[in-house]
Amino acid sequence: MSDLESFRRDTRAWLETNCPPEMRRPVTSESDACWGGRHFKFQSEAQRRWMQVMGERGWTVPAWPKIYGGGGLSKEEAAVLAAEMRALGCRPPLVSFGIWMLGPALLAHGTEEQKLEHLPKIARGEIRWCQGYSEPNAGSDLASLATKAEVHDDHLIINGQKIWTSYADEADWIFCLVRTSTAKKHTGISFVLFDMESPGVSTRPIVLISGKSPFCETFFDNVKVPRRNVVGELNAGWTIAKYLLTHEREMIGGIGDRGAVKPLGQFAADTVGLDEQGRLRETTLRVQIARFEIDEAAFRLLMQATGDRAHHGMGNPAISSALKFYGAELNKRRWELMASAAGADGLEWEGERSHDGTVARTWLRTKGNSIEGGTSEIQLNVVAKRILGLPGA
Amino acid sequence: MALVLNEEQGMLRDSVKAFLSERAPVAHLRKLRDSRDPVGFDRKLWLQFAEQGYSAVLVPEAHGGLALGAVEASIIAEALGRTLTPTPFLSTAVLAARAIARAGSATQQAELLPAIAAAETVIALAVDETSKHRPGAIAAKATRDGSGWRLDGAKTFVLDGHVAERCIVAARTAEGGLTLLLVDPRAAGVQIERTLMVDAHNAARLRFDGVRIGADALLGEAGAAGAVLDEVLDLGRVVVAAQLLGLADAVFELTLAYLKERRQFERAIGEFQALQHRAAKLYIDIELTRALVLGALQAMDADPAKAGLIVAQAKAHACTTANRAVQEGVQMHGGVGMTDEFDIGLYMKRARTLQELLGDAGFHADRVAAMGGY
Ligand SMILES: Cc1cc2nc3c(=O)[nH]c(=O)nc-3n(C[C@H](O)[C@H](O)[C@H](O)COP(=O)(O)OP(=O)(O)OC[C@H]3O[C@@H](n4cnc5c(N)ncnc54)[C@H](O)[C@@H]3O)c2cc1C
Repeated sequence: MSDLESFRRDTRAWLETNCPPEMRRPVTSESDACWGGRHFKFQSEAQRRWMQVMGERGWTVPAWPKIYGGGGLSKEEAAVLAAEMRALGCRPPLVSFGIWMLGPALLAHGTEEQKLEHLPKIARGEIRWCQGYSEPNAGSDLASLATKAEVHDDHLIINGQKIWTSYADEADWIFCLVRTSTAKKHTGISFVLFDMESPGVSTRPIVLISGKSPFCETFFDNVKVPRRNVVGELNAGWTIAKYLLTHEREMIGGIGDRGAVKPLGQFAADTVGLDEQGRLRETTLRVQIARFEIDEAAFRLLMQATGDRAHHGMGNPAISSALKFYGAELNKRRWELMASAAGADGLEWEGERSHDGTVARTWLRTKGNSIEGGTSEIQLNVVAKRILGLPGA
Repeated sequence: MALVLNEEQGMLRDSVKAFLSERAPVAHLRKLRDSRDPVGFDRKLWLQFAEQGYSAVLVPEAHGGLALGAVEASIIAEALGRTLTPTPFLSTAVLAARAIARAGSATQQAELLPAIAAAETVIALAVDETSKHRPGAIAAKATRDGSGWRLDGAKTFVLDGHVAERCIVAARTAEGGLTLLLVDPRAAGVQIERTLMVDAHNAARLRFDGVRIGADALLGEAGAAGAVLDEVLDLGRVVVAAQLLGLADAVFELTLAYLKERRQFERAIGEFQALQHRAAKLYIDIELTRALVLGALQAMDADPAKAGLIVAQAKAHACTTANRAVQEGVQMHGGVGMTDEFDIGLYMKRARTLQELLGDAGFHADRVAAMGGY
């Protein structure tokens, strides 16, 4: 038996023993996932245990090096673990901005000290991070950000405001873009890390159209941050910010992949019913769903092909913008069709029958997919410029 | 399996692309069309397909073939999609080769497969009877007649049917099952009408009126050809999907070059964001098709009986993408895109035909729904 095969066998056996049955059901919404952090309220003992046992093996971040709390798995082994988790229907034990965004950025650009301080806490779900990028006047044109950091010998003093900061009110630390020089737009930005409990940090939740409030206005009033919390050189944060964005885009694009959730066609078969020939009673919806599922299959394979090409040294980093665009639009389309298939039942906003309006609220939440992490229009700009080489883009 | 071509496949892709762009670029099709060539393809070129090994790609080794798979056949088809080269590759080297290799008797295989590998013959597959692809509704009748058969019915959109030396005809027996018969088009009772098509595609309508066929012309089992036919059609579908992909690639390259070169309002038209975004979306659609088609080809090579769903997805997706590519291609070229002299119109016409061939996006979306249980 090859090493990979014995790894597969051991992994399956371990997952079967250690993944609680409650954690073998798909995650139904953002609030159903495990985010970790100092103040996280676990929804069940199973959720807590699953995060803990996986964290101990480093399998919350399987491909990170072991010294930083990761699993130290090769690409092939990580793929086996993912496949086995998928086969058993295991949920991700932990999801977080630390895993998706800050971790990769620190691995590439952090000092050894920064990596050793922050990465293991991300891996074990001890510290939850939020992303302080957008400001009221700096959205798509992010580099125009104005939150000001005064540089002193051993610390910075930060003043300003961020907006749309997802989970700022629940996060423990923030990775934040601040202006340390006004001389030039892109080369006056620094990438800093600080504790959200620092004096002078405050947040105000914003209610979304889904009725939930996972994002905030975030205010900084003379917040003191040690110099050693600057990642990379002073005024050279933009490169790191962009590197992190490609990871964010890949992650958001990933929502185009349904994962273990029931196929849309079957959801619709249950809600609108089938005729004598086994066809969906709504003929137009049937065609729309079939065409959606075709695009969904293509997207899943393109994600896979992109990984395989990168592995063979044939990748183009701007492809993350293509995947982000398509994955976001696909997920919006999925939930338009889900809402349509659910019909009047899907309009219920509260109550047990609708699980407090899961369909309606998720449908609305997905509208943000093509805005967060850079809008669809911005992704198309990137594709036009970086992949197609079109002028002036 | 990784969704990338392996080294040999990459080499095949480069060599077939180079061969066709040198030996048979789009001008080759134009010449055949404008001279109203009675054959519609260049027989010398077809023989060169044998020298290159292209016509032998799916033929088993025992019969002089290369015994390669759907992936390799599609690499050739993709290149043909780029140059629009007319050849009997699909009819003979793909559809007929697979049908005979799967269902043929030892004698039939020994007679026909080496000839296919050597590009010495043209064999057509006759399935469609209506203007839309509907293989479930085949009505041609195969009636037992002594030790042999009598064939009655009409077929349409028979690729290379006007010059084929043999036709594999799908017909129904009295019990309702499907039967494949190897018919000599020169037999009494066969009428052939070449159809002159929008894209100069080589095809014909065939009529069979009481055509008498010997027992040795039965391909496979009488009344039980359904599974073989499904496999042959699915192989054809995914190969055509690859051809559509090659076509979309070629059109997109032409269009992208034009966006960079054509100037209006003192700038390249590719600077206009309205066009940039449409080009970016088209690029993404083409990449989606590429990944899905390769996935379907690998599935076809792994186990054709399990590949039905992904083949349907791939053909549907390729149809939609190629359709968008030619529409955007013509539009973004402005007036020049409407001229016969410029190649893009030829691509638009070919895309239309390849969409109809072996089921359009709607046909395959319906299959996807049916296989998905809705
Ligand atoms: C659910 C959600 C969560 C978020 N979480 C975070 C977070 O955690 N941290 C954080 O920092 N930010 C977060 N954001 C903010 C997000 O990154 C910004 O909203 C986004 O970058 C767009 O900026 P904006 O809202 O200012 O829109 P604007 O930039 O004002 O855009 C408005 C419209 O103009 C279009 N537009 C702008 N420029 C161009 C152009 N050059 N070409 C064509 N069209 C253009 C846009 O595409 C959009 O349609 C979140 C947003 C959402 C919706």
